[in-house]
Amino acid sequence: MPDVNITVDGKKVTAPAGTLLIEACKTVGIEVPAFCYYPGLSLQGACRMCLVKVEKMPKLQTACTTVISEGMAVTTDHEEIHQARKSMVELLLGNHPLDCPVCDAGGECELQDMTFSYGASESKYTEAKNHKEEQQWSPVVFFDRPRCILCYRCVRVCDEAMDVAALGIQNRGSGSVIAPNMGDHLDCEECGMCIDICPVGALTSGAYRYKTRPWEMNHVATACTHCGDGCKTTLGVRRSETGMEIVRGDNRDKSGPNGDFLCVKGRYAFDFANRTDRLTQPLVRRNGKLVPVTWDEALTYVGQKLAEIRSQSGGASMGVIGSNRTTNEENYLLQKFARVVLQTNNIDHQRTADFAAFAAALAGRPDATASAREVFDAPAILLIGNDPTEQHPLLAYQIRNNVRLHKARLYVVNSESVKLRRQATLFSQIPSGSEAAFAAFLAGGDVANGANRDEWNALRDQLRKETGLVIAFGSELRGASIASLNKFALSVQGAKLICLADYANSRGAADMGVYPDLLPGYVPLIQGSKFKAEWGTLPDAAGLTLPGMVDAAKSCKLKALLVVGANPVFRMKLDPATFANSFLVVQDLFLSETAAVADVVLPAASAYEKSGTFTNTYGDVQLVKQAGEITGTKSDFEIIVRIAERMGYDVAKLVPFGSGSRADMGQSRGAQSGEADRHAVWLEAQGLELKMNPFDPTAVFDEIQRLVPGYQVSRLNLMAGNDQHTRLDQNGGGAVGDPALIQPANDGLFSSGSTGRYSKTLNTVMENRNRVEMPKVAAD
Amino acid sequence: MTFSPEFEQRFTEMLTHYPSKRSVLVPTLLYAQDEVGYLSDEAITEIAQRLQLTELDVRNVISYYSMLTTKPRGKYNVQVCTNIACILRGADDLWEHCQKKFGLRHKQTTPDGQFSIEEVECIGACSWAPAMQVNYDFHENLTKDKFDTILDGYKKKA
Repeated sequence: MPDVNITVDGKKVTAPAGTLLIEACKTVGIEVPAFCYYPGLSLQGACRMCLVKVEKMPKLQTACTTVISEGMAVTTDHEEIHQARKSMVELLLGNHPLDCPVCDAGGECELQDMTFSYGASESKYTEAKNHKEEQQWSPVVFFDRPRCILCYRCVRVCDEAMDVAALGIQNRGSGSVIAPNMGDHLDCEECGMCIDICPVGALTSGAYRYKTRPWEMNHVATACTHCGDGCKTTLGVRRSETGMEIVRGDNRDKSGPNGDFLCVKGRYAFDFANRTDRLTQPLVRRNGKLVPVTWDEALTYVGQKLAEIRSQSGGASMGVIGSNRTTNEENYLLQKFARVVLQTNNIDHQRTADFAAFAAALAGRPDATASAREVFDAPAILLIGNDPTEQHPLLAYQIRNNVRLHKARLYVVNSESVKLRRQATLFSQIPSGSEAAFAAFLAGGDVANGANRDEWNALRDQLRKETGLVIAFGSELRGASIASLNKFALSVQGAKLICLADYANSRGAADMGVYPDLLPGYVPLIQGSKFKAEWGTLPDAAGLTLPGMVDAAKSCKLKALLVVGANPVFRMKLDPATFANSFLVVQDLFLSETAAVADVVLPAASAYEKSGTFTNTYGDVQLVKQAGEITGTKSDFEIIVRIAERMGYDVAKLVPFGSGSRADMGQSRGAQSGEADRHAVWLEAQGLELKMNPFDPTAVFDEIQRLVPGYQVSRLNLMAGNDQHTRLDQNGGGAVGDPALIQPANDGLFSSGSTGRYSKTLNTVMENRNRVEMPKVAAD
Repeated sequence: MTFSPEFEQRFTEMLTHYPSKRSVLVPTLLYAQDEVGYLSDEAITEIAQRLQLTELDVRNVISYYSMLTTKPRGKYNVQVCTNIACILRGADDLWEHCQKKFGLRHKQTTPDGQFSIEEVECIGACSWAPAMQVNYDFHENLTKDKFDTILDGYKKKA
């Protein structure tokens, strides 16, 4: 678009044609106040706060709906404008209850800020305020009508950005009111976007309301621990009896690939971490019962037992089950622990997508994977299988808004009529289970049965004409099908792939080599010379897979099993007695079905209570920062290191810490005080900061960056909280294994593996939905 | 629910007049209301489905227009204008008289369901003020006596 020149308050502004005046003003640091204007949503022109003077135009103009034109001369600072803004605020406050001292938004309210900056100190209104009682629309959405200023942001975000359209406007004029779709309650996806976007305290969250004042919280930016999309979230935390309590989740600063989007899980389901039945003391089985012991006792016992079993029966008799929710550093450390300390390759995790085959298909092909951000900008998207609205809310959000704002073409191939078909240029419903056949067809095959031959041919022809196509596929495609899809992708210019897995760090577990046959970076065991050079001798033979370990346990061949952040008894529907003959150690947050049958249970910190990195399903690595704190728990990282130490292993070999034995902390007082902090930023960005203890995950991240080439991303950007796309092509050859090893979680919008069960908010939302939906079933 | 053949004919024809389906919403609501007497839940569901709108959307529009109602009204809806021209010529007294005569307030209906009364904005009959509308029929240059005579006529029909 050609550039247009305008003048704002005497400043020259150049912006592309089509830019809105309010946005052009922003580029030169001139703030034009607005309530109803929200970037990315349709224009409303309702609040009249953004009125500015435009030369040769008779009246004040709304900057949010005026498109700039050549030579336009604008004034934003004028007595007439001040008066207009003052009057607008006065009108908005006409029936506002001014209950700021008890309002959730008090302290971070746009109406408060605007009144402070532009409002009058008095009002001409003497009429009694029209009070209306607060309404509860869902377990998480509350509406306080008198506080509403009718900016319609909530209505638009629900309709346009979420494609839910659960909110509307009823009546008109001063009687207008925001209304939920079911009369007195909401039937929606409970994402909470309406609450988040509300500039005042009209919409408040059931999870957060009346809990705290905004200024009492500290804010920690980290990654969500639920699905594989890796939304960035800002957690509001506050001191509590047990340490640090998380009270709120949102992403108002719009950082991260998700902008201000979060789904119901990201926004509310952090509450599992605050539960009072969290494990806070190690448990050891004595006389058939789990009894609380000290950390020292528990760790010494585990160390002794594991060392004893290793020397008596060898590493092959031991197994390790890793997690989809622990950090990259923990996953890396865990497989290293298994291989160098336990001397076994019996390590696996619950695989929810075939990343090993994905890596095999894409080996050596640069720029073949798309990041979460790219989905929002791609000119065309092909979605095969999966239901992103339920399983990958961010992916669905990105696709939906790409179609809406950038007119992207969306092709959906699915066995169900998924909600995203509403955005699709072309929707092809295929029989369940024929996704692999479709992938083979795309790669150049022919249609076996002639039923939808014409449709598929037309689709393939159309897809081949696209450039920059992003292909996202669910766990329906595994093994050889992924290779077929890659073959097709090679025939489309600039095509990139996304392999969809279910949990927060499923990709990280795969990338970090929590596999019986692959080392970190998908390096096959026989090609692991660089790992051997660093770690020493490693077992050569491929280890047991997860089902393999279960079988070994059943036939009493598995003498010891360490389960970290996984719940195989529940997930694989195992007989609890399966591990009766194995020494079972479980690290978990709760006394899960697996922990209940363990010999030792070690209380772990959740991902909201530790630091490290997560890699989302797209391959974007993000910083995980400690927000909450539960006294008595330890991070899985620390637990693994401590077990290794109790087994007599030199932990410096496990975690490369202590590169310097003394640190120069700089001057602690005077003009140069704090110099260590300033140095630390630079040092950390270079990966040179001192790792002074063996529990420092960054020490392991150094090793990851050294040995896994795909993770050589900018440390500075990562530290600053930006998502960094890793490269799969620089990794090892991967492996094409048994497709049956892939066991998708089949989580919906309101469930989250075995963690979702511990979230009070998710449970109440689900109960509420079931209650609402029941009469329908009865009527049928 | 089913509508009369006349409604269906009008509806089918209207669809051809506009570029998008939702454009026929307002006239459709009006015709449906004329036929049913008010916009019932079934009517709203049916119209929303036909026009591929959410029921919430349809309700939003209904609530915006004062001439559309979701509550049953009397067979004869007496609408007395109390805007500027009518008020200058005595509409205030007339409205007062109307309320007393029926023993009803604004937007209320007689127990037998025959009459409901409503105070409305300008009905465009200023030249013949004061004026009222009973359903779609205009009555102009009203006095209290004339009002009574007209209403008696409707009572006989009822």
